[in-house]
Amino acid sequence: MIELHDASYGYPGRTLLAGVSLTLSRASFHFLTGPSGAGKTTFLKLCYGELRPNAGRLSAFGADLAQLSRDDLAGMRRRIGVVHQDCEFLDHLTLAENVALPLIVAGRPIVESDLADLLAWVGLRGREGALPSELSGGERQRGALARAIIGAPDVILADEPTGNLDWEMSMRLLSLLVELNRMGKTVLIATHDLNLIRTAKTQVAARVLRIKDGQVQTAGADL
Amino acid sequence: MKPISTRSAAPATFAPGIDRIVPAAGASATLTLLAAAAMAFLAVFTLALAFSANRLADSWSGDLAATATVRISAAPDQADLQTRRVLEVLTTTPGVVSSREIPAEETRALLAPWFGPDLPVETLPIPRLVAITTEPQAFDAEGLRLRLSAEAPGAVLDDHSRWRAPLADTAVALRRIAVFSLALIGGATAAMVTLAVQASLAANGQVIRVLRLIGARDVTIARAFVRRYTLRATLGALAGTTVAAAAVAALPVVADGEFLTHLGFSGREWLWALSVPAIAAITALVATRAAALRRLRDEA
Ligand SMILES: Nc1ncnc2c1ncn2[C@@H]1O[C@H](COP(=O)(O)OP(=O)(O)O)[C@@H](O)[C@H]1O
Ligand SMILES: [Mg+2]
Repeated sequence: MIELHDASYGYPGRTLLAGVSLTLSRASFHFLTGPSGAGKTTFLKLCYGELRPNAGRLSAFGADLAQLSRDDLAGMRRRIGVVHQDCEFLDHLTLAENVALPLIVAGRPIVESDLADLLAWVGLRGREGALPSELSGGERQRGALARAIIGAPDVILADEPTGNLDWEMSMRLLSLLVELNRMGKTVLIATHDLNLIRTAKTQVAARVLRIKDGQVQTAGADL
Repeated sequence: MKPISTRSAAPATFAPGIDRIVPAAGASATLTLLAAAAMAFLAVFTLALAFSANRLADSWSGDLAATATVRISAAPDQADLQTRRVLEVLTTTPGVVSSREIPAEETRALLAPWFGPDLPVETLPIPRLVAITTEPQAFDAEGLRLRLSAEAPGAVLDDHSRWRAPLADTAVALRRIAVFSLALIGGATAAMVTLAVQASLAANGQVIRVLRLIGARDVTIARAFVRRYTLRATLGALAGTTVAAAAVAALPVVADGEFLTHLGFSGREWLWALSVPAIAAITALVATRAAALRRLRDEA
């Protein structure tokens, strides 16, 4: 689904990723870990095309990102659901509108009962009309997850999705992502929560990637 | 008895308008509304001016063309004879509908405003005047001049073209200026909404970034802005047009419409005034769409 070929990225004065080659294949389940500031968020931004590699290539769904037109890039992003670390809600819209936004911008119909079911599933029943500023950190993160999956994307990228959630909610979120993975979705979760990774490994065949010194390595049993 | 399934209709859908995705703009939207109202007001008045100029041009080159004067300057003993000859010639001139000698008292009355009532007219060589009504299409002024010079050497035909032409030219120029002004108003409206949309796009950079992240295409983002501003411009133009139309309708009507005409619309011309909001809407739509798409394409 997403392939990196010798891709590098760095901000001026600091190289974060140096010549990374990696494939996220269909229906795979990955964790991405590494200390804070290692470049996890940056890696995800490369995957959904917010950042472009300084060198090397990145292709998504078989198409080279550098060759995509602006509209093709928009089309690609509709196939990738992202749970952003800081949620990226629109402050003037209600929670329900924010969650439905991927469908709104895609011009797709929104079935009210489906939206209500989804919000209930992430534990946000009754919060439909709340503005993002009125939500707690945990509520925002659950809303961000709902927005990431509402458009039935092929790939789900989650950036520290459990950072503001209690253990029970983290488990619910994990089992939802596992469920989606069983349905054939490609899942990548960036996290430094090792307990989450250990629990997940009992439910799904997950590969754990670690960013270290600009390289993305497959982590062994030394979690 | 239980009713059979009533769920035949499509499931209820949640449908916030596409323009909701952009926050309600503050000052620039209000300014767009006010400026569009002002522009529409100006456009309606300029249209009224254009139509009035049009009518003036028509009447100065049309109605006035149907009159002419023959002036006979001759020695007192010749004057009667030449006047008679002129009247004879006129009865056989094609295109002359009627002719009439203007009596001396009437001529004096015509001169009084310029020379005062105490003018010793008897001592002045006042020319005899013959007024003619013509059928402009059939009337040949040059032919008549030739015949008059042969029959009555003291007679001079004045078909008013000498002073009519500059008036008609002025009216035509006025009309041209009005049309040019309308083009300027349209251009200024387009520039104004373009600036407003650009300001709004610049102020909503963060919103646009998020919309892009979730896969919104440029046209979708542009549409949200375009709808907002086109709606504002149209509402403003409607208000401006209404006020201007009421003001024009309230202008006094000049009853004697031969030399002057009232400023305003008559009959079908009102439709043009009513088209101002529609033209403003189209102008705003085209200008904002172009501005929004250009800006979205240029950034990032
Ligand atoms: N826009 C930016 N400009 C410069 N440096 C940045 C920018 N964004 C992130 N960084 C730096 O890049 C490094 C990696 O950031 P990030 O990918 O967010 O790490 P992680 O998600 O693993 O914590 C950090 O040191 C951060 O300070
Ligand atoms: Mg991060």
